Amino acid sequence: MGRKLLLEHINVPGINTFDVYRQKGGYRSVEKALKTLTPEEVVEEVKKSGLRGRGGAGFPTGMKWGFLAKPEGVPRYLVCNADESEPGTFKDRYLMTYIPHLLIEGMIVGSFALGAKTSYIYVRGEMMPQIRILEKAIAEAKAAGFLGKNILGTGYDLELYVQPGGGAYICGEETALLESLEGKRGNPRIKPPFPAIAGLYGCPTVVNNVESIAAVVPIINDGAEEYAKIGIGRSTGTKLISAGGNVRKPGVYEIDLGLPVEEFLYSDEYCGGIANGKRLKAVVAGGSSVPILPANLFMKTANGEARLMSYESLADGGFVSGTMMGSGGFIAYDEDQCIVRNTWNFTRFYHHESCGQCSPCREGTGWMEKVLHRLEYGHGKMSDMDLLVDVSKKIEGNTICPLGDAAAWPVASAIRHFRDEFEWHVSHAHEATT
Amino acid sequence: MLRVEDTEQTPVNFSTELIAQFADIVSRYPEGRQKSGLLPILHLVQAEYGWLSVPAMDKVAEYLNILPIEVYEVATFYTMYFMRPQGKYVLEVCRTGPCEIVGAGKIMDYIENKLGVKEGEITPDGLFSWRGVECLAACGFGPVLQIGPEYTFYENLTPESVDKLIGDLKAKASN
Ligand SMILES: NC(=O)C1=CN([C@@H]2O[C@H](COP(=O)(O)OP(=O)(O)OC[C@H]3O[C@@H](n4cnc5c(N)ncnc54)[C@H](O)[C@@H]3O)[C@@H](O)[C@H]2O)C=CC1
Ligand SMILES: Cc1cc2nc3c(=O)[nH]c(=O)nc-3n(C[C@H](O)[C@H](O)[C@H](O)COP(=O)(O)O)c2cc1C
Ligand code: SF4
Ligand code: FES
Repeated sequence: MGRKLLLEHINVPGINTFDVYRQKGGYRSVEKALKTLTPEEVVEEVKKSGLRGRGGAGFPTGMKWGFLAKPEGVPRYLVCNADESEPGTFKDRYLMTYIPHLLIEGMIVGSFALGAKTSYIYVRGEMMPQIRILEKAIAEAKAAGFLGKNILGTGYDLELYVQPGGGAYICGEETALLESLEGKRGNPRIKPPFPAIAGLYGCPTVVNNVESIAAVVPIINDGAEEYAKIGIGRSTGTKLISAGGNVRKPGVYEIDLGLPVEEFLYSDEYCGGIANGKRLKAVVAGGSSVPILPANLFMKTANGEARLMSYESLADGGFVSGTMMGSGGFIAYDEDQCIVRNTWNFTRFYHHESCGQCSPCREGTGWMEKVLHRLEYGHGKMSDMDLLVDVSKKIEGNTICPLGDAAAWPVASAIRHFRDEFEWHVSHAHEATT
Repeated sequence: MLRVEDTEQTPVNFSTELIAQFADIVSRYPEGRQKSGLLPILHLVQAEYGWLSVPAMDKVAEYLNILPIEVYEVATFYTMYFMRPQGKYVLEVCRTGPCEIVGAGKIMDYIENKLGVKEGEITPDGLFSWRGVECLAACGFGPVLQIGPEYTFYENLTPESVDKLIGDLKAKASN
């Protein structure tokens, strides 16, 4: 049985209200941090916990907090990334809908640790209901003295605001998000400088995913050692996994990192197997940007051990036979699904979402979409697969932000692992379209 | 995309209530950073008028003390802002991979047939338009659609639930 650190109280009636959340022990971490710890001690706890960014890149959160520049007289910001748009990922929306105070609580502790006096939660504009939920939660927390001036009489001041996006996947990329928060188009900036040095309005800024910020709450409450006991190796703690596609029980699950993938997929506690008694064909383990794996490669690591849900185990085998944890957007494909069609759909997505700044991404995604479209609709050529791999290689690594890589990997991995299916689309063109 | 004839639309004047909401938004940012309020303000304007006309965008530029082009470039970059009138209810169906494999394409076909208009067109009674959009972060509950300006979600769509939804909206509109 997995521990529930984030979702423990998710089914308690009224947990979305301040009063019930508080009765269940909510906001203890704010009291503990503000009254008994220094900001540096909070950062130290987060470092010791081993928490890694839950937005997809897995960068150690405490280390990032430690990198924050602190020039005299310059404001610092904590910005929560609630843009959640990675196909397959829906955990942040879930968390904000049902237990919004957990995010608010984490934002207060995080802002205190970083010395931020104004913090923002950037929520994708389509999540208007969640924006209302968060605004209500903020008002409740403020009325109870956990936000605003002189919080809990400690002299610490913090204002927290919710900012809506305008509908653009690229605004989940942290520097595009900051541009958007400044009222501009979401064009990613060149890194470095990282936001920790020059972020919002050019000031030192930490951008963290919703789940990363929420995880700070149990880390401060129970202590870093307790948190780090969960998990395996450098994958500590629990992780929210959004399970979708053809699983029997889609939904958001909190797992201990290190859970065997077999158990996650087939046990009734989690996905409950594949829907309609079908067989598993392929898995995208971490959102549409990570390589797709056929079922057999997904279940075992390169040296034949059972694969685990951890950053390291999922990546085992590299691009040859591994994938990535990413944002935890777990998509299962049953035997009836068409990999060519799915790859075309994803590439259409990336082409649509490319911000257009870099020509390899802007042109390359469009080109790949066109070729995949003709393959899917029966006009493909045998040489198209090599062409796709060639275009994907020319995008990878040659762009300002990783959206280019994210568009290249699904294509390259689909052709690597399912080339026969692509070839079938060419040799059976008339059947492929039906 | 902006069209030349769009610039000749009737001028708009924002209500005092709307201006008060703008002021509340701008108060969230440091002095001199009022441009940060652009996206939230455009959402309010669109909720009021159903879309963003050039005169409305010019008025926002004036309010925020920025150039009109700074508003146009933002309004055209983001997919949520409509550059022309829409149906009263815009059904936005997710068409991305995870929803596609649980039947999003069939639901879009069904909506197209039911409403009798193509993607982006408005029904003759002015009530509906529809379009495909990208992943809405509800992938486990697909197919899904959303309807602005409150962006209410409808999950696990079936032809029956689409029928009911459209019927309910028609009834709501005639009341
Ligand atoms: N959750 C979602 O919806 C989506 C998530 N992603 C994920 O995003 C990932 C890529 O994100 P990026 O931010 O481009 O990755 P990144 O590796 O550049 O950065 C990760 C984080 O660490 C920080 N960082 C890294 N090196 C630093 C340094 N030397 N000093 C200070 N801070 C430093 C960055 O500022 C950032 O916050 C992908 O792996 C993908 O899985 C992608 C698309 C959507
Ligand atoms: C194209 C693209 C989209 C992204 N979308 C998101 C997102 O929706 N949510 C998120 O938290 N991180 C997203 N990221 C990752 C962020 O850039 C950044 O790494 C993250 O917000 C840092 O927070 P964390 O360290 O807590 O994970 C995206 C990255 C890229 C390249
Ligand atoms: S890689 Fe694509 S999305 Fe990223 S900055 Fe370049 S063009 Fe924009
Ligand atoms: S793919 Fe439709 S909501 Fe994510």
